[in-house]
This record gives sequence, C-alpha cells and structure tokens, in this order.
Amino acid sequence: MIRRAWPPLLVVALLLAAWQAYVDTGGVDDLVLASPTQIAQALWDDRSLLLDNLAVTAVEVGLGVLLALALGLVLGVLLHWSELARRALYPLMVGSQAVPLVILAPLLVYWVGFGILPKLAIIALICFFPVVVTTFDGLRRVDPDLRKLMRTLDASRWQTFRLTELPAALPAALSGARIAVAIAVIGAVLAEQSGSTRGLGHLMLQAIPNLETPRAYAAVVVMAAFAIVLFYALGLVERRLSHHRPEST
Amino acid sequence: MTTPTTLESVTRRFGAVLALDDVSLRVEPGEVVVVVGPSGCGKSTLLELVCGLIEPDAGRVMGPPAVLMPQRDLLLPWLSALDNAALALRIGGSSREDARRQARPLFERLGLGGFETARPHELSGGMRQRVAFARTLLSGKPVLCLDEPFGALDALTRADLQSWLAEALAAEPRAVLLVTHDVEEAAVLADRIVILSPRPGRVVDEVALTTPRPRAATDAPVLEARVRALEALR
Repeated sequence: MIRRAWPPLLVVALLLAAWQAYVDTGGVDDLVLASPTQIAQALWDDRSLLLDNLAVTAVEVGLGVLLALALGLVLGVLLHWSELARRALYPLMVGSQAVPLVILAPLLVYWVGFGILPKLAIIALICFFPVVVTTFDGLRRVDPDLRKLMRTLDASRWQTFRLTELPAALPAALSGARIAVAIAVIGAVLAEQSGSTRGLGHLMLQAIPNLETPRAYAAVVVMAAFAIVLFYALGLVERRLSHHRPEST
Repeated sequence: MTTPTTLESVTRRFGAVLALDDVSLRVEPGEVVVVVGPSGCGKSTLLELVCGLIEPDAGRVMGPPAVLMPQRDLLLPWLSALDNAALALRIGGSSREDARRQARPLFERLGLGGFETARPHELSGGMRQRVAFARTLLSGKPVLCLDEPFGALDALTRADLQSWLAEALAAEPRAVLLVTHDVEEAAVLADRIVILSPRPGRVVDEVALTTPRPRAATDAPVLEARVRALEALR
C-alpha cells in the first residue's frame, strides 16, 4: 500500500512545493493564484461553508448522473434493439453534445426556473452520451452464439435480454457514467453559475469578485475530491456487477 | 417418446456455398448417432437444422423437439455453475430457487457436486463442459444435438469425458446426435456412425456398433469401426 502510494504522493508534494515557491517569490499576484498554504487555510476556515455547499452540489451531481445513467441505459438498449432508432437518433445524440451549454444554460434557467431541475437537465444532457455509447458497445459485444443458445433453450426475446444482454449492459453503462462524473461536476458548476443561491459553483462565483481567491480554490479542491470519490465509488459498483471477469480492471 | 428424428433429402446452402447436399438421416429414440466428417462439411449446419434453428432449402426435417449444445460451452459468466445448469428451467418459468432445487440432483449425478456456487471461470474446461451438458439435459427435450462437445479439451480430459458421457447417457437415456471430426470418439460413443463427405456434406457410409458402452478405445470392435470409418473418409 505504502509502496504503491508514494509515487503519486511524491509528485503531488513536488508540485505543491513548486507552486508555493512560485506564489511566495511574487511570480504571480496571490489574488490570481492562491498558494497551497492559503488554500489549506481556507479549506479549514471555511469548512462548514464548503461542506454545506458541497452537499447541494453533491445532490445535483448524484441525481444528475443517476438520471444520465438511466437515460443512457434506455437509449443504449433502444439503439441496440432497433435499427430504425439507431438511424434516427444516433446523429441527434451526437449533435446534442455540440450544444454550447455555457451560453444556453442561463436561458434554460430562465425557462425552467431556479430549482434543481435546470441543474439536473444540464448535467444529464452533458453526461448521458458516454453512457449511451458504452451501453450500446457493451450490448454489441454480447456473443452472437449466446443468442443461438437462448433460442435452442426456447427463451423469449425478453428473456434473452434479461438473462444475457442486461447483465452485460449494466457494467458497461456504469463505466460510461464513470467517464461522465468529472464532466458532471463541471456541469453542476455551470448550472449554478447560471442561476442559483447555493452550491460550490455559486460559492466560487461569489468568492472571486469578493477577492476571496483562496476560498474559490478551496471550492475547486473540494469539487475535485468529490469527483475522485464518485469515480471510484462507481468503479466499485461496476466491479461488483462484473466481478465474474477477473481480467477486467 | 417413440418418434424418431428424420432428415429426408435435406439440402442447405449459405449464399453460393452448398453446405449439405441431399442428406438423409434417422435417429431412433435412445440411439446415439455420431456424425463424422472433415472440418467444414456442414456438421454444425446439420445440428442447427435438427434443432429448428435454421430451415432447410429442400427436403424435410421431422421429429420431437431437439436441443443444441454448441461447440463452446457459452456459460454465463455472472451465474454460478448451478444457475448455469438450471438456465433452461429459469427460462421455462421456474423461480431461481425452484430451478436450483430441480437442477441439483442431476448436477450431483453428473459429478459436479461441491461446485454449485463456483463461477464458470473457476472451473476447468472439462467441468465447464459438464455444466453445459447438464444445462442441455435440463431443457427436458428428448433429442440432444452435441456439436463437438469435447473439441476444445486436451486428449486426457477428452477421454475422461467420453467415458463420462457414456455413463451419463446410460443413466439418462436420450436420443443423441453428436458431430465430431474425431473418428475414435465416434467409435467409442456411437450406436451408429454416419460419415459425411467434405463440403458439400453427403452421407458416404454408415457403421453400426453393437458392443455396449462404456467401451475402451482399444476394444476390437472399436478399432474395426475406426478403420472402416477412416477408409470411408478417405
């Protein structure tokens, strides 16, 4: 464990030291870039503020990713089942990923309101696509001979799906959700900046004009930590669902 | 079940390729018919026709329901060995618990006791093949179509499983149509060996064996049948 942990720790320590030295020697105004010690101080001083706002953002991201997972899974299955759906929907889905939400998010808030809904919509819109792609690919990788086997055992289409395809699709969908986690956090911040009174994104938006730069960076650190935890948590679920494949990592 | 399985002048093509040409075949209830032929002579096609997975282009396939045991075991990696064996029962509508209960006696009779909860990747090739065979039997269909069931195994395990299959069939008599390219396997297991020509597959000879199973590969009638089958293949 210690053996495996020291290389990344060393790299982080070196980076932090260089960062600290750069800010301390006046390489940059600390209103632009706070030093690691200032950020650490802010993390401690603002801990309850950060935690309160993290709770808000975490709920948005958690629900948003779940929504994207459900949506992506259903769409992935639909694309797999129906050639027509594949032809009709796939290009649209790709196109939806090019929508510049940075600009459109405020309009969405104006349209749907200030509650959690526009946040979920934005996160789901950003995150569903990787889930669709991995689910669809996972389903396509199901052995065609399995379908033959299920037919000779008199399985219905639905039974074939439930017994052979769904178990393959679930871990695939989860690995798509993992890809989406980091971007989901950015989506939440984006949504909060477009109209919100709480959350880490809102906190950052307030901190910067108030010249509380360390607090803004502290919020970034909290968000990054949250994304890492979520990423590994989903990985854990994925491994549980597919622990039959010892070669997969 | 008293109806035999019959193929009457069956022809099947895949695109421009003629896989089977005017093949007639009969499997009586309880009889073990082994079809031998070179690779690519349409053996697997023959089984899929008998199992109703594909239709003939000409001729007729008749008989009671038949189940295919594909060449690869195709065990579901996320199910335990017992649940894999019980798959057909689940499909037939039994609950997970009921299916397990019904599958357990056969599972144990096939020498798999103690491996109920093992995952497929934890089993040896021979064990996996037995689980696949249990799954095939538990479909309850009177005719078993086995597609090179021991093709992927090493020689020792194969010999083991051949005698094991002979015993299993003695305990659970079924009509069996087994295809292989291994003449020795055919001579050890078959009541009747049917020899197919290279593509397009045609029946070129039949060899009947009357000695009871289990047989050793070195028994005189087995050796005789091997020689005759090899000659017919040439």
